Amino acid sequence: MATLLEVEDLTVWLATRNGPRKAVDGLSFRVDSGEVFGIAGESGSGKTMTAMALLGLLPHAAKTSGRAVFEGRDLLAMKPRALRDVRGRSIAMVSQDPSTSLHPMLSIETQVTEHMRHHLGIGKSEARGRAVELLSTVRIPDPERALKAHPAQFSGGMRQRIAIAVALACEPRLLLADEPTTALDVTVQAGILRLLDRLRRERDLAVVVITHDLGVMSAVADRICVMYGGRTAEVGPRETVLTRPRHPYTRGLLDALPHPEGGAATLRPITGSPPSLGAVPDGCPFHPRCAFAVDSCRERRPEPVLVETGHLSACPPDPLGGAA
Amino acid sequence: MSSAKPKSGAPGTGRRAARPGGVLLRFLARRLAAALLLSVGITLVAFTLTQLVPGDPAAANLGQSAIGDPAAVAAFRAKYGLDQPLPVQYLTYIGNVAQGNLGVSQQSHRPVAEDLAEFVPATIELALFAIVLSLVVGVALGVIAAVNRDRWPDQVLRVVSLGGVSMPTFWVALVAFYLLSFKFDLLPGTGRLDPVLSPPPYTTGFYSVDAALAGQWDVMWSALGHLVLPSLVLAVYTVGMLMRFSRASVLEILGNDYVRAARAKGLPERVVIVRHVLRPAMVAIITVAGVAFGSLLSGAVLVEKIFSWPGVGQYAYRSAVNLDLPGIMGVSIVVAGVYILINLLVDLLYGVIDPRIRLT
Repeated sequence: MATLLEVEDLTVWLATRNGPRKAVDGLSFRVDSGEVFGIAGESGSGKTMTAMALLGLLPHAAKTSGRAVFEGRDLLAMKPRALRDVRGRSIAMVSQDPSTSLHPMLSIETQVTEHMRHHLGIGKSEARGRAVELLSTVRIPDPERALKAHPAQFSGGMRQRIAIAVALACEPRLLLADEPTTALDVTVQAGILRLLDRLRRERDLAVVVITHDLGVMSAVADRICVMYGGRTAEVGPRETVLTRPRHPYTRGLLDALPHPEGGAATLRPITGSPPSLGAVPDGCPFHPRCAFAVDSCRERRPEPVLVETGHLSACPPDPLGGAA
Repeated sequence: MSSAKPKSGAPGTGRRAARPGGVLLRFLARRLAAALLLSVGITLVAFTLTQLVPGDPAAANLGQSAIGDPAAVAAFRAKYGLDQPLPVQYLTYIGNVAQGNLGVSQQSHRPVAEDLAEFVPATIELALFAIVLSLVVGVALGVIAAVNRDRWPDQVLRVVSLGGVSMPTFWVALVAFYLLSFKFDLLPGTGRLDPVLSPPPYTTGFYSVDAALAGQWDVMWSALGHLVLPSLVLAVYTVGMLMRFSRASVLEILGNDYVRAARAKGLPERVVIVRHVLRPAMVAIITVAGVAFGSLLSGAVLVEKIFSWPGVGQYAYRSAVNLDLPGIMGVSIVVAGVYILINLLVDLLYGVIDPRIRLT
């Protein structure tokens, strides 16, 4: 499969009261067209900032370095105006909570069609026709009437379907879905995930799913990147990462997942809490919480290295190497 | 708002979207009923207050010689119904008001309704001019300040708005009059029209509109010209106030997810600001504008005095000094009525701006 997005050494500095702080630190990954790439990590691990950096929507005074090559062009080096033409057209975003990301006062029609008309230069009635199609694609009943309605008239799951229709309006090549199911009921989550998966297959769409929920990951992602402290801990195909993790942090996340068979006894939380912005420790950011930490972890910043085909882990001691 | 709770999976389009027209009518009817009740309350308060005011209308109007004559006083009191019990006076008054009869002014000896028909439109014309000016300028500057938050345009505009709200209106009026009218003769200073022109035929009482309706273009231009200076002076304060509120309101909206979502759609910043930010921000802005319009109506007294504007402020002042009860109550009722209308309009605008208000 062709590489659609290649991120190399992405670093994001956010302006804080105490000066610039790294929210993302030397992140590299690639996304192939038509695949679902998962970025997993706790809150504060830099997942959302990664997506915002790609879209050029970082908060004021934020700075980036590195490269993010999308269809041959470096998104990080593009002029704001040129990047604006990529946004919403070639790269679209679905965010966490549809009750806040859809505009409460604009009709569904306006929200589904406004960027279509802007980017594709089509007329009102043509945009409207496409909007009806889109809404039925995401399984909104009675799309004609839905266009006249406002977000408050829909349930959370329906709103997220509408938000996905908005994202798909200009037939983007890449969809950045930031916690697309977090605000939804569990029963609705599955439907949204199935929808994303179906759209990817039907439209040769690449999806980057950003989530803290490994359950969601295991349901949709082809490949997974686990982030910690703004850095890559581990990247690899879903099965490998979830069944034979090589990084102690991934192992910890998996142990902290409830299993349907076991009770609470099988839950093993990771002790400590993730580092806050600007307080990422030297060396491996995970070492203060890691049961396997050795002296070198405190000193040298580990780079992800290939541990098997397509599977990288940033843990030089590799304590889990032969374990699983 | 009942929008937050997701009802899992249910297609929620049906219920509330059913008859948008009907819902809007119900909304309107509710507001109108409330306005009517409020009007009755206002007449009661106005009536009671005039009874509480110390001073005897007979003494104020009959003059020194007649006040010693009990027959003259009794005749005066009988003529104006002041010898009746209070509740009867009030009911009589309400009945008359309902028929558009506000009594006869003891000062101009003309029906109060006629007086007000002349003075009230003058003030409303002025206040409308000022509020439109304030909204356009204040909101535009507030948006500019907000999108340039903490950069130099914001700093400059902060000083401008602070100046606007802190300068006393009478002082601004005097300075503006001295500089723009007297010294440099850029704008006409006093009255509603050039002295050589006669007022246009009465339709709305707004000289500019009446003149345009009658096709008297020279009169219309003169009327508009005379509006500029006093409304500019009145707008100084409201521009400052609206600028501050607009800035705060826009900043608050800018932090919303849906603004980020609009930017993620690749829309031009202008569209993001006007369509996605300004619209929700207007809810707070029109609330303030409604209050500001009310204060323009009642606060125009000074400006009317300085610019010899024959408005309701001057009329109210003269009525109060002469204890002209029908005049005072007429002014109270009409000004309160305008307040109510403005509030009704603001409520309706909420419904237009925010569909959630009309749908719930």
